Amino acid sequence: MERYEADTTLSYPCIGAAGKTGGWRDFKPVIDQANCIKCLRCWAYCPENAVKRAEDDSVSIDYDYCKGCGVCANECPKKAIAMQRED
Amino acid sequence: MTTMFDVGNKVAAKAVQLCRPEVIAAYPITPQTVIVEELARMVEAGELSAEYLRVESEHSVMAATCAAASMGVRTFTATSSQGLAFMHEMLHWASLSRLPIVMINVNRALGPGWSIWVDETDSLSQRDTGWLQFYCESSHEVFDSIIQAYRIAEQILLPVMVNLEGFILSHTYEIVDIPDQGGIDRFLPPSPPRECLDVDNPSMFGSTTDYYINFRYKMHAGMEKAKVVCREVDDAFKKEFGRGYGLLHAYLCEDADLILITAGTIAGTCRVVADRCRAEGLKVGVLRIRVFRPFPGELICEALKSAGKVAVIDRDFSPGCGGIFAQEVKAALQGTLPGLPVYEFIAGLGGKDVTDTDIESIIDQTGEMSKPGECKWIGLLK
Amino acid sequence: MDRSAQIKFPIAAEELVRSGHTACPGCGAVLAMKYVLKGLGPRTMVVIPPSCAGTIAAGFPFCALKIPVLRIPFETTAISASGIRAALDVMGKKDIHVLAWAGDGGTFDIGIQALSGAAERNDDIIYVCYDNEGYMNTGIQRSSSTPEGAWTTTTPSPYVKDTPKKDIIRIMAAHKIPYIATASIGYPSDLIKKVNRAKEIKGTKFILIFSPCPTGWRYSPDMTIRIAKLATETGIFPLYEVEDGEKYLLNPGRTLKPVKAYFSVQGRFRNLTEENLQWFEEKVRKEQAYLSRMAG
Repeated sequence: MERYEADTTLSYPCIGAAGKTGGWRDFKPVIDQANCIKCLRCWAYCPENAVKRAEDDSVSIDYDYCKGCGVCANECPKKAIAMQRED
Repeated sequence: MTTMFDVGNKVAAKAVQLCRPEVIAAYPITPQTVIVEELARMVEAGELSAEYLRVESEHSVMAATCAAASMGVRTFTATSSQGLAFMHEMLHWASLSRLPIVMINVNRALGPGWSIWVDETDSLSQRDTGWLQFYCESSHEVFDSIIQAYRIAEQILLPVMVNLEGFILSHTYEIVDIPDQGGIDRFLPPSPPRECLDVDNPSMFGSTTDYYINFRYKMHAGMEKAKVVCREVDDAFKKEFGRGYGLLHAYLCEDADLILITAGTIAGTCRVVADRCRAEGLKVGVLRIRVFRPFPGELICEALKSAGKVAVIDRDFSPGCGGIFAQEVKAALQGTLPGLPVYEFIAGLGGKDVTDTDIESIIDQTGEMSKPGECKWIGLLK
Repeated sequence: MDRSAQIKFPIAAEELVRSGHTACPGCGAVLAMKYVLKGLGPRTMVVIPPSCAGTIAAGFPFCALKIPVLRIPFETTAISASGIRAALDVMGKKDIHVLAWAGDGGTFDIGIQALSGAAERNDDIIYVCYDNEGYMNTGIQRSSSTPEGAWTTTTPSPYVKDTPKKDIIRIMAAHKIPYIATASIGYPSDLIKKVNRAKEIKGTKFILIFSPCPTGWRYSPDMTIRIAKLATETGIFPLYEVEDGEKYLLNPGRTLKPVKAYFSVQGRFRNLTEENLQWFEEKVRKEQAYLSRMAG
């Protein structure tokens, strides 16, 4: 039985669905690795999943997508993340 | 082949059973209730293997049906007038999602004034929702159209609405020949899978898009193909089961001076009156439109090509415009038979009987008027 | 190596929400989705109506979620989930979770008929309402979930919303569904624990997730988690579960902070007076007394 092709909107998962949202920032988080205790709160609380977690549970920021909301800095128990003005 | 002697609603339910739907969503509304009751009985008795959702409103009925159909399973539902109007948003959703849903609509007048009796405005006012629409004249045709509807829907991926008149067909008895399940299974293979909603290959269905106009164009292409597919499926059905209907039924139209155009059971009365007229030397023909969407304009022009006058009898009404079949016929004739006068009549609204006397009056009035004027209303009470 | 974060909150490592979505910086709603999907895992299908979540899930041809998503009309969240469940059952795929995901507008208001219907039928779905207390996606209009005293674009100052926040938990409890929970993005491990409980139960599960919205509530985005915690610390949004509509299980109790701590950091409550704050304190006391009574 012949089937006529029907196109409908099918979207596929990808990173950066809204583009490189790092461009949205005014402030960027900078991690003081020396003071980081690897509690992973920043990783857990990031709405963007822009805190990258390494095998040893150390963290780094994915600046391509970080929107600079500052939740990580606010929640860090060691105040090891500073929000620095970007130009 | 077995024989069934029952009301139209039960005949319809039997057809649905034989098509093996997998998910049924139901909400009761007169005069459809017997369909959903019979399907519930079949499911409980083990005669039909389907998930049956007893939903809390018609809008939810169509939402559930759309969601299930999005998974690729065969679905079914039924409704009428107020319920059909309530699910209007979802009717658009079903066709824009390209879902092969089959739904029975038992034609009933919209209120107020409150009415449970037949009137085709309910389904005709949904004509822009992208559903194919069939208007049936007998329980036999309802039965056959449901089976054809699934095959058509699953080929072109547009939903199909099979209409039957409330009480006139839904609640009257008819003898119907029922093909066996094997024959139906050969005619109607299992519903095709859909390429979405798969956890192993995730995707999102239905998001915002700039390609909206393209997807609409594809729907248009689907509807155009549907004109061909409806005929092919009807031919295949005739070959398999010995009966077919076409998109139109033309009765004595080849040499008719006056052709009555209508839909549904009024056509039967028209044919009786046409025979009487012929006996008196008046050449009357009857054209019953069975498939309203896609509108078979070319076939209608072909059927009317020798007529001198055409009278459209609408069991429906679009305020500020007139009878809906009349408008569509006039638009189809434009450019092909521009000189053919179309006389418009509104009759049978709210379940008012359309009798042979009414049809004779329509024929007389058409004969008397040299050219068509406003649409004429038959059966207004004094 | 076990990739779940063990310290203080066990959370699975896999990310099913991809970076670079359209949510506002500091969005609470997307955090709710992140945590729920950490609990449910990839064998989940979600239905999403027009809402912040719908917009966050992105436009054709992209998708920010790594699970199958069906976009559905606004009022049909619960019934669409039920339809998917029926289809999955027919197809024999009973191990796939069906997640109904709607905001407070789509749950408390326009979606309540379908939700009540699904709950009465006890359809086997997990219904999550992420509560940002307004129609945020369309521009911060009030919903029946907006609390008293809040500014919104349809309750602009000096008129503020003057009717109470609709008590959706009592409404759902009246349906006697097997599991209801309140949760908050401020407490992700508690939220995920509740999601894990829900997914083991057959029937309708309802989880209300407190999801602060910096854009609508008028606060600096870095305060999202802080405000979520303050809501629970002040008793404004207590955390508890309800089994079968009758058995109340409260999260461990605490001494509550004054409500002012919660209201004073949000611009939408700028017009609250001392008298209003007293009224809220009394309301919190009554709610605490009610919950204690129900928990027995």
